[in-house]
Amino acid sequence: MPAVLEIEGLRKTYKSRRRGVRHALDGFDMVVEQGQVHGFLGPNGSGKTTTLRTLLGLIRPNGGRMAILGQEVPAALPAVVGQVGAIVESPQFFPNFSARDTLSLLAGAGGVPQTRVDEVLELVGLRDRAGERVKTYSLGMKQRLAVASALLKNPKLLILDEPANGLDPGGIREMRSLTRDLAASGMTVLLSSHILGEIQLICDSVTIISLGRRVAFGPVDQVLAEHSGSAVRVRLEAATDLPRAADALARAGLAVTAQPDHLMLAGVDKPAMVSRLLAEHGLYVSELAPVTVDLESVFLELTATAPVPGQHRQVDQSTKVGGAGQPGAAGGGWGA
Amino acid sequence: MSLYRTELRRLGKRRFTRWAALLGLLVLGAVLVGVFFTNQKIGPDQQAAAQRQAEQQYQEQVRWAEQERTVCEQAKASGQAQPEGRFPADCNMIEPPPPGSIDPQWFLPSTFDFRTLFGEMITTFTAIMAVIGFVVGASFVGAEWSSGGMMNLLLWRPRRLTVLLTKLAALLTGLVAVTVAAAAVWTAGFWLVGTLRGSTAKMTSGAWQSFGLTGLRGLVLIVVAATLGFALASLGRHTAMALGGAIGLAVVGQFGVGILLAMAGARFIEAWLLPTYALAWMQKKVTLEDWQSCNSVTYYGECKPDTLDLTWQHASILLAVGLVGALGAALVTMRRRDIA
Repeated sequence: MPAVLEIEGLRKTYKSRRRGVRHALDGFDMVVEQGQVHGFLGPNGSGKTTTLRTLLGLIRPNGGRMAILGQEVPAALPAVVGQVGAIVESPQFFPNFSARDTLSLLAGAGGVPQTRVDEVLELVGLRDRAGERVKTYSLGMKQRLAVASALLKNPKLLILDEPANGLDPGGIREMRSLTRDLAASGMTVLLSSHILGEIQLICDSVTIISLGRRVAFGPVDQVLAEHSGSAVRVRLEAATDLPRAADALARAGLAVTAQPDHLMLAGVDKPAMVSRLLAEHGLYVSELAPVTVDLESVFLELTATAPVPGQHRQVDQSTKVGGAGQPGAAGGGWGA
Repeated sequence: MSLYRTELRRLGKRRFTRWAALLGLLVLGAVLVGVFFTNQKIGPDQQAAAQRQAEQQYQEQVRWAEQERTVCEQAKASGQAQPEGRFPADCNMIEPPPPGSIDPQWFLPSTFDFRTLFGEMITTFTAIMAVIGFVVGASFVGAEWSSGGMMNLLLWRPRRLTVLLTKLAALLTGLVAVTVAAAAVWTAGFWLVGTLRGSTAKMTSGAWQSFGLTGLRGLVLIVVAATLGFALASLGRHTAMALGGAIGLAVVGQFGVGILLAMAGARFIEAWLLPTYALAWMQKKVTLEDWQSCNSVTYYGECKPDTLDLTWQHASILLAVGLVGALGAALVTMRRRDIA
């Protein structure tokens, strides 16, 4: 499938006399293929929003290449922007205009037919409140309005930055359903979110960013498989045999962690080998199950942002690929 | 073109624009009504009343002079000591003013002579509309920046300079339309005041042409004020930047400089104050006088101060520099800045 969005080696550096130089994006790469729902994940301050703003021409990059729908941006942005709907970070609108006025003015500025305004208001569930001023809206309603503004152009590429932020559970489910429907209609969706369960449910592929660099990418299943660690859970018919089994497996070179009623094995390429090895020692397996990981645990592992008891992780403390100590945690943020 | 029409719609939909325009029109209306009620037409009755008042005042002066002369003579005859300077050496020197020295014109009520006074009214109109233009211009783009509306718009129209200049064009179009309409009502209103409460005599085509040119200069000043407000608010990405800048300039740059220069004994202090140039622009010339100097002392002790003429050409240079500087900085910043 052709790429709708390509980013190569994107760099953005902020310089401050007081705090030195900070690389918000440090050679970041991303590819989103047509028709996909692509998750864009990263800890706070990792560069997600900077990437999206740079892509949309709001921030000037210091280097790298970006293309949307095959056209180089920002040079070709005026030509392709009509096919890109986006919300970036929290929804911001002029508070004294109604939702209908807000969308109507955007439609006017973009040359979109005014009939589309009512269509998107219906789509995001704001039809009955469209005449009220935005300042009376809840965060969730503003979020719906933001999505409506992004959908107004009926874009080929939809960029949603934290679209579920502020939505109630019903709203989150509606957003999930809407995203799927849009993708089914052929729209490519780039979804940035911290609700990893949602990403795992909705997205076909993901890119994970940490300290301005890509740390993982690909189809969701592939990313999960790559980072499951080939872990296997083993139970025996008799729990009293667990020490013998642990000893036999350890001597065979496997990493074994003993639990009261089962063993956890790491680095197992072929689970059948475990069954055969234990049978040779007269030990019989009652359960041999590969341990599945979820996106959250992969994310926490890859970005090294899992909470550690007794420690208070700072915003810029996460994994930096290619940096000193990689793949462990590295201090980021303002450097010399 | 769609962006331009949309920005015109946005300008009209803004509550602040509507309230500011309404407030400006109310102030203009108040001035018009005030001038109407503080003037009246001069007719034979008013002339006769003024004549009577002048005569009455003359008679009072005569009576007073006679009383003083009598008191003076009595004091001289009694030989009582009088405070020095209380009476002249010769009581006959106390005389009433000559007949005709009290002009009946002094007692005429205020009247609105359109030909001589409407020029000042154009300046008043310009001052009020310039303030409205500055504030509305600042708010139009400042609120867009601070509310995130500008960022939303740039997601639709990424050509930043086009967006900013189109917004400015829409602002100025709306402002000029309101100004021209209000100016027409203003002129008609004062023509009515002149007709009912004064005079509209001697209004030759030359006089109208002069008013027209003054009005045109006023329109330019209003447009420049609105553009400055727009540019400053865009630079600071907030309405308060323009308003704060204006207040800061007024307090520090004008009052502060004025006081400092006065303490330093500088000449032509008004030449450092912006309103002087605004006035020079409107009146074509302002002559400043330095009363600390005293040239050409005549035999009678007359003192002629040094003068400095500030013309509309001087003012135009200042306006052009301010306009180009502020708008240029806003455009350059708009082009270069990261929008976060």
